[in-house]
Amino acid sequence: MKHLVFQRGLRDGIPIGLGYFVVSIGIGIACRTAKLGAAQGFFMSLLNNASAGEYGGITVIAGDAGFLTMILMMLVINARYLLMGCVLSQKLSPDLSLGHRMLMAFDLTDEIFGLAVAQQGMLDPWYYYGAMCAALPGWSCGTVVGVLLGQSLPEWAVSGCSVMLFGMFIAIILPEGKRNPVVLGFLLLSFLCSWAGAKLPPLAQLSEGMRILVLTVILAALAAALFPRKEEEEAAE
Amino acid sequence: MKAWLYILVMALTTYLIRVLPLTLIRRPIRSVFLKSFLYYVPYVTLAVMTFPAITEATQSPIAGWAAMGVGLVCAWFGLGMLPVAILCCGTVIVLEAILL
Repeated sequence: MKHLVFQRGLRDGIPIGLGYFVVSIGIGIACRTAKLGAAQGFFMSLLNNASAGEYGGITVIAGDAGFLTMILMMLVINARYLLMGCVLSQKLSPDLSLGHRMLMAFDLTDEIFGLAVAQQGMLDPWYYYGAMCAALPGWSCGTVVGVLLGQSLPEWAVSGCSVMLFGMFIAIILPEGKRNPVVLGFLLLSFLCSWAGAKLPPLAQLSEGMRILVLTVILAALAAALFPRKEEEEAAE
Repeated sequence: MKAWLYILVMALTTYLIRVLPLTLIRRPIRSVFLKSFLYYVPYVTLAVMTFPAITEATQSPIAGWAAMGVGLVCAWFGLGMLPVAILCCGTVIVLEAILL
């Protein structure tokens, strides 16, 4: 029985793993700016499993912005996993052991969360492990491929490939902007503030990582204060 | 060596965020502000990360600006992640071949 559930998770996780492989190539190429090698890229991805979080981390390492900045960066950019964890914990049997919970938390990503909450009834941890086994290698191996490409491709090709990750980021944020005018407004405001912040003091004096952090906190808090989400909007997701 | 330490700090912090709600907290978040904040964070942060970094990642800033424009238009008209990424990449390669 365990065996079958695991297989079902593995099967459902394969498309996620393939998608991860492609996206994480972009992360691997971005590792170049922080001079991270293939092994460092591999472990960063294996241990983090977060695209925006890892890119944020890379900017911190590239600017050597300090460990405190790194901790704050992860707390803010990955904070949404706290929300997902709270939702996911409602899908788990109250008797589920601590060991299972700790193992499942390791790969709590947007996509695996999506799979898990779509399951009927209580979530079987073995289904989740199946999905993890498909997703984890895709993400970490793609990063290694990206690092190696970044090291070996000629300058003109690296220049092109280095915008791929940003292209993916645009493709993640814009569809939600089309659905939700508040998000669209804040995307434009974010572009504007980020551009101004890179040119003008006091933000321009900060490292890129710190600037990302400060702007994210201010703008997301402003959005939440001015346009709090209603229950029915959340239900529609 | 310091990079490894950064990676370790990164991994521990991220894991802590993921493991706490599944083990110790175990109840839904009720604060509307906090829920809204967490909803907006990914969109805001990805926008801040993308621009102006995309214009600085290329050898020619014009190619970076063009990639930004191409990405926005393609994503607006519903293209997926991979096609948008490839078109941005192609834009930069073609423009830099002409400009540089």
